[in-house]
Amino acid sequence: MYEIRIHSRGGQGGVTAARLIAMAAFLDKKHATAAPFYGAERRGAPVVSFVRIDDHTIKIYSQIRSPDLVIVLDASIMDAVDVLQGMKPGGRVLINSPHPVDLPGVEVMTIDLTGIALSVDLVVAGSPILNTPVLGAIAKMGLITHESALTAIRDMFTDERNVKAAEAAYEELTL
Amino acid sequence: MLTIATGNKAVAAAVKAAKPAVVAAYPITPQTEVVEQIAEYVTAGEMDARYIPVESEHSAMTACIGASITGVRSFTATSSHGLLYMHEMLHWAAGARLPIVMANINRSLGPGWNVWAEHTDAFSQRDTGWLQFFVGDVQEAYDTTLMAFRIAENNDILLPVMVNLDGFVLSHIMQSLETVEPGDYIPPMRLPHRIDPENPAGYGAMTGPNDHFRFRWEIERAMRNSPAVIRDAEEEFFRQFGRKYGPTEEYRCEDAEVLIVALGTLGKEAEVAVDILRDAGIKAGSMRIRWFRPFPDLDIGGRDLVVLDRGYSFGYGGVLSSEIRSKYPGASIYSVVAGLGGQEVTYDDIAGFVRDRRMGEEFWFGVDA
Repeated sequence: MYEIRIHSRGGQGGVTAARLIAMAAFLDKKHATAAPFYGAERRGAPVVSFVRIDDHTIKIYSQIRSPDLVIVLDASIMDAVDVLQGMKPGGRVLINSPHPVDLPGVEVMTIDLTGIALSVDLVVAGSPILNTPVLGAIAKMGLITHESALTAIRDMFTDERNVKAAEAAYEELTL
Repeated sequence: MLTIATGNKAVAAAVKAAKPAVVAAYPITPQTEVVEQIAEYVTAGEMDARYIPVESEHSAMTACIGASITGVRSFTATSSHGLLYMHEMLHWAAGARLPIVMANINRSLGPGWNVWAEHTDAFSQRDTGWLQFFVGDVQEAYDTTLMAFRIAENNDILLPVMVNLDGFVLSHIMQSLETVEPGDYIPPMRLPHRIDPENPAGYGAMTGPNDHFRFRWEIERAMRNSPAVIRDAEEEFFRQFGRKYGPTEEYRCEDAEVLIVALGTLGKEAEVAVDILRDAGIKAGSMRIRWFRPFPDLDIGGRDLVVLDRGYSFGYGGVLSSEIRSKYPGASIYSVVAGLGGQEVTYDDIAGFVRDRRMGEEFWFGVDA
């Protein structure tokens, strides 16, 4: 089983990102579940959501405690939250940041999702959309196929800028 | 069609497939997505139903009662305080023998305010005459909602049915879902005592001391008929759609020496605990109870039972373990009160309950050492 924990702030679309990843994995004929952890959310507060991907039926409902992959949609969260908590040995971290980030003991990948969203004018109510571009990065990592990532996005959104942003993230992420 | 959906959306999709004439509902966290989705179906013309937005849950239930008594299919969904606000009308729906179907998204009761999973809301309506099911995943939420209409409207039953889903844990998780076209699996509703709105006539609702008990007995008689009707609905569902259900879902129980007994999603997580325990040489099994009313016969067979209770009767004990103890007085039970108000309970925790079980005792997870 592959377990992903997504850290974001309320309103940034972390829950939707989890649903999109699960949908793409499902399109790849895998078993997948996406679960938000609902706290007393309000816009801007740190939130987490979870994705599990497996070849077998997933019966687990409890939260992910040792993720294989941690996604940080808002790097400023790392000042308030220990995003590496429970990290599986050999686990990876994907951070939305224009600059390289150094974290001890884990493999860190950075990608400027905010910059990508702004570059294709993917902005809603003044905020760049991060949950669709991140799918491109996940596809580049090989966790979901490129095709399923785009299908999942198109299933949920009609605005093609979402697809454009995911394509850009796919190109930009270096492994 | 195969898709991916939340528990809430699965319920809405099942309701759409069952084609009710009336849906009356009031939104409440974590049920809101159910009624939002149904309202969207109706607005988009995908559902030919009258959607009645009401000012309270009490009115939602009375609107369903009013619709149902004219002989048409009706549905509502609620949660927690919304369910309790309906309480009086829940007795009414059962007493008037109306086959209303309701999804209840299990949530705790305040104060202190808490919107997360707990079974107290459903347990508190135990004696209203409603049939109650508890489901464990998104597919089962869909399938059981479909079955609920067929069971409720069966003329040997004619009682309302509540389908329970754990708040957030199941209502908001996304899993795969196969939708079906129910066709004649749910036959047209034929309510023998329906009122004809074209030729309205009421009959005295007063039943004196010489008659009232007869109506109460009729409710119980229907309840006693219900296991056969539910089994038939489950078997026919398997024949037509290929998914098997029963009063319980049993996992590795055959040679088990200790059974984890639970309702809802805790019973699914328990299966993972069983695998861990088996790997460690402990002969464990999981018995997830799907029917709460009527309460099913259980194949306990003298084994230790570790009962997970997500609801408590203050001054008495865990509700599920009390139900089992009352039906099987000799049962050896370790009652674990866990998961109240969304308290996190993992498969490792459940495996720990089994390893450390003290038969005959009660354990409050997070309180007792």
